Amino acid sequence: MTQLQVSNVPLDTECRPDFPALHQDVNAHPLVYLDNAASAQQPSTVIDTVAHYQRHDHANVHRGVHTLSYRATDAYEGARDKIQSFINAGSRSEIVLTSGTTESINLVAQSYCRPRLAPGDKILISHLEHHSNIVPWQLVCEQTGAELIVAPINDKGELIIDAFDKLLTDDVCLIAIAHVSNALGTVLPVKDIIAKAKSRGIAVLIDGAQGVPHMQIDVQDLDCDFYAFSGHKMFGPTGVGVLFGREALLDAMPPYQGGGDMILEVSFDGTTYNDLPYKFEAGTPNISGVVGFGAAADYLQSVGMARIAQHERQLLDYMMQKLGEIDGIRLIGTAAEKASVQSFLVDDIHPHDLGTILDHQGVAIRTGHHCAMPVMDFFGVPGTARASLALYNNADDVDRLVDAISNARRIFT
Amino acid sequence: MSAVTLHDVDELRDLYRELILDHARSPRHFGKLDGATHTAEGINPLCGDKLRLYMRLDDDNIEDASFEGSGCAISVASASLLTDMIIGLPVPQALEFFATVTARLTGRQAGSDDATPPELDKIRALDGVREFPSRVKCATLAWHALNSAIHGESAPVSTE
Repeated sequence: MTQLQVSNVPLDTECRPDFPALHQDVNAHPLVYLDNAASAQQPSTVIDTVAHYQRHDHANVHRGVHTLSYRATDAYEGARDKIQSFINAGSRSEIVLTSGTTESINLVAQSYCRPRLAPGDKILISHLEHHSNIVPWQLVCEQTGAELIVAPINDKGELIIDAFDKLLTDDVCLIAIAHVSNALGTVLPVKDIIAKAKSRGIAVLIDGAQGVPHMQIDVQDLDCDFYAFSGHKMFGPTGVGVLFGREALLDAMPPYQGGGDMILEVSFDGTTYNDLPYKFEAGTPNISGVVGFGAAADYLQSVGMARIAQHERQLLDYMMQKLGEIDGIRLIGTAAEKASVQSFLVDDIHPHDLGTILDHQGVAIRTGHHCAMPVMDFFGVPGTARASLALYNNADDVDRLVDAISNARRIFT
Repeated sequence: MSAVTLHDVDELRDLYRELILDHARSPRHFGKLDGATHTAEGINPLCGDKLRLYMRLDDDNIEDASFEGSGCAISVASASLLTDMIIGLPVPQALEFFATVTARLTGRQAGSDDATPPELDKIRALDGVREFPSRVKCATLAWHALNSAIHGESAPVSTE
């Protein structure tokens, strides 16, 4: 009964009060925050959890025998458990805490790929990747003589599956692919890709930075080898992220960085490394950030990812429809399967001019190349304006966006 | 709920004045310059502005100038105004203009109006950027390229 009542309340109505930053005026207008793909706002529970940790429980983790060190360790390791549950990983040893998606991907490039790669080997990515899922592979290819190959996309921003399949040859060491494109919103068929890769014994890393805030992630169901994501895209703090890695693979990989906490015993004759996941967590971590990250995972689980996905899907349809009705607009990224994001251009107004005019009306969007320059090159544009939705956005936000764009057209025409 | 007021549009029109929109839509001296003796690239990574300025110098005089590239309305208009202003100038005076314009647009110029010579009157059309800190870099990009080209620096200038 209670469940039924709760589900009748629109998600944004229920969730907006949880996010203090949304309740402010910007340039004398109530803020409309549509830059969630860059960084999402934090609910009070995250802010309060971090503050409580810092006020009462802070000490270094895994070290002290005193009470605060225990509390800090419990809070930090408790967050790991929450994140494990959030993505349904089989073991807490598979949850490596990093500084973000970028570090997670670099870790795999250097610790998994680098020792395995030889000239002639290949890393396979797609044309719609974020720079953080391109440059780490370019680096490791330069270091090893391996080759980076890129699967093409079509003009809707979808991966061309036939072409991708042809690139799946036995000399591919790893496929690294986004779950959701940050610039276009395309949801990639990662489960199919993983299944095909498995049948050929190829490892798969999913860049899940734009996946986790919008849909239920189950790494066991996906059957991926690595899944990387960040805290701040899912309503947690910046500077923290996760590398999920299959335990057998992580176990066989050398450490990424050396330092404290990742060792069992150090002498000048040699060092034995700590167990998973600590082998990959050198140095004092971002403890308060991780604690907040855990609170964000709890928050999302309490709201329910299925509900979030449904709310956002409806709102994205509405946004695409309303934007599509604007004269002179060009929607960029029109894949059949999408989440959260719409990129667009209006007349010949440069995206940066549009961004300034919208900001002046209290509407925050992202403008530019979205750290996906190859995607911009593909569509022949220097950049786009991008509106990206989160669970707290609603139809009023979309209407304000559309009105603000109309005003921009009035100034420019 | 939060209708955009006339005041908002007025403020935006202060940034996007008619002269700016005109130069952005129809940039003057646009394209590569044949026989250029000096050139420099300006990049503003934040918004992707990328302009290349060309000049033909003869005996310390700017005989001709042009630019090409793409960018937002502010950066393109500023580059267009710049080429209009520097053609025919002795180099030292162009460098003085660089100093005056960058000081004016970044709000560092004391008693700004008095210190800006009449030849630079049109640059006042860019004054609106002072209220938009994120856009000052767009407005000064071409001017930094001018300074760099005169000094023969080969690395692209960035306003980032």
